[in-house]
Amino acid sequence: MANALINAPKTAKRGDTIEIKALILHPMETGFRPGTNGRMIPRNIIEHFSARWNGEEIFAMTFSPAIAANPFVSFFTVAKESGKIDFLWTGDEDFRVTESVAITVT
Amino acid sequence: MRLRYLGLALVSIFVASWAAAQSGGGDQRRTGYQDMSAPLQQMEDDDTANPGMLFVQAGEILWNAPAGKANKACADCHSAVDKSMKGVAARYPAFAKDTDTLVDLDGRINLCRTGQQQADALKPESQDILALSAYVTRASRGLPIAPPADPRLVKVRAEGEVLFKRREGQLNLSCANCHDDNAGRKLAGATIPQGHPTAYPVYRSEWQTVGSLQRRLRNCMIGMRSEPYAYNSAEYVALEAYLMDRAKGLKIESPGIRP
Ligand code: HEC
Ligand code: HEC
Repeated sequence: MANALINAPKTAKRGDTIEIKALILHPMETGFRPGTNGRMIPRNIIEHFSARWNGEEIFAMTFSPAIAANPFVSFFTVAKESGKIDFLWTGDEDFRVTESVAITVT
Repeated sequence: MRLRYLGLALVSIFVASWAAAQSGGGDQRRTGYQDMSAPLQQMEDDDTANPGMLFVQAGEILWNAPAGKANKACADCHSAVDKSMKGVAARYPAFAKDTDTLVDLDGRINLCRTGQQQADALKPESQDILALSAYVTRASRGLPIAPPADPRLVKVRAEGEVLFKRREGQLNLSCANCHDDNAGRKLAGATIPQGHPTAYPVYRSEWQTVGSLQRRLRNCMIGMRSEPYAYNSAEYVALEAYLMDRAKGLKIESPGIRP
């Protein structure tokens, strides 16, 4: 069950710097921990996160096993034009979640 | 590692004099929220930064999904959660109306799973039970804890109080030694809270996930080097009933955040 929460303004003035926050449900299992049976729990992390504004990449990051479960990412960008921001998380075990929000720029 | 710290800290608790009896008028109760740092409080208050909300969101999906042989969704019988479940989490544990059994909220949800939906009971601490419980409890956020006046609960609370005040485990401690006698003081890095169950189901950073009140109690029992009860045992439900009564009037803050 994958789910995410995005916090972005619905409207912004052209040229404004806006903050975007993205939170996603994920165990971020490091691959370095033994389970209760003594065997290593296989690594299961998000590897990559990106945000595109009307198709153009505005933010991207690569994750590492040292990042806590349910990663919360916050970044800033400059509002240019109305449209859609698409978010994409990909990772181990074919993890792939997309989310998008609409924004109006005046 | 935590156990070693606990041992050390306990020595200091015993060396120090016991906290002076609380005196004076007014409500002296404090929730764990009030003892948290400002950044953690902000995380709890911001629905888009609070990871507990991911479970609430997951709960909403389950609430509306038909399940079991009856192929019925929770929503089919209970309609919208903000109407039908408002204040419900604030009054459990209670005796279920339709079956007369004593249950906490998770137990009540499982009664509906098995009895109404004819589905398997959800496992303790599974994502699905935590999600449904978080979703139902959120409908009571901001409402005061209001244990029912049911006379049958008097005995249950009394049993819970005995368990709370009884010394047990290798360290020979009672819950009350920490949460009544030494609340507000430090146990290693942690401030000992008064132990009010306002935040549950809770997102605890140490767990990196949401957990139930029973999981919290299990943690404290392991800290006391006492044998934890089985999930859903009568002992846990009695302790929960006592804690809810002790916290009567304090506001539900679930999904809470705790370190
Ligand atoms: C040695 C001291 C100690 C004992 C004994 C102890 N606890 Fe705790 N308890 C703590 C500490 C410390 C915390 C907070 C942990 C943290 O925030 O990391 C806590 C947390 C809690 C909480 C959660 C409070 C909140 O705000 O979320 C509850 C409820 C609780 N304990 C109940 C109990 C019960 C019931 C018992 C007996 C079975 C018990 N505790 C025994 C130290 C203790
Ligand atoms: C076929 C109908 C039906 C379905 C489906 C159903 N319930 Fe119930 N539920 C009931 C009945 C009947 C009661 C007991 C009567 C009452 O308390 O109003 C009840 C009581 C409850 C209560 C206690 C309400 C209170 O006021 O104390 C909760 C909480 C609850 N259900 C949650 C759920 C959840 C969560 C689901 C889905 C997993 C669910 N129910 C599915 C019929 C249903």
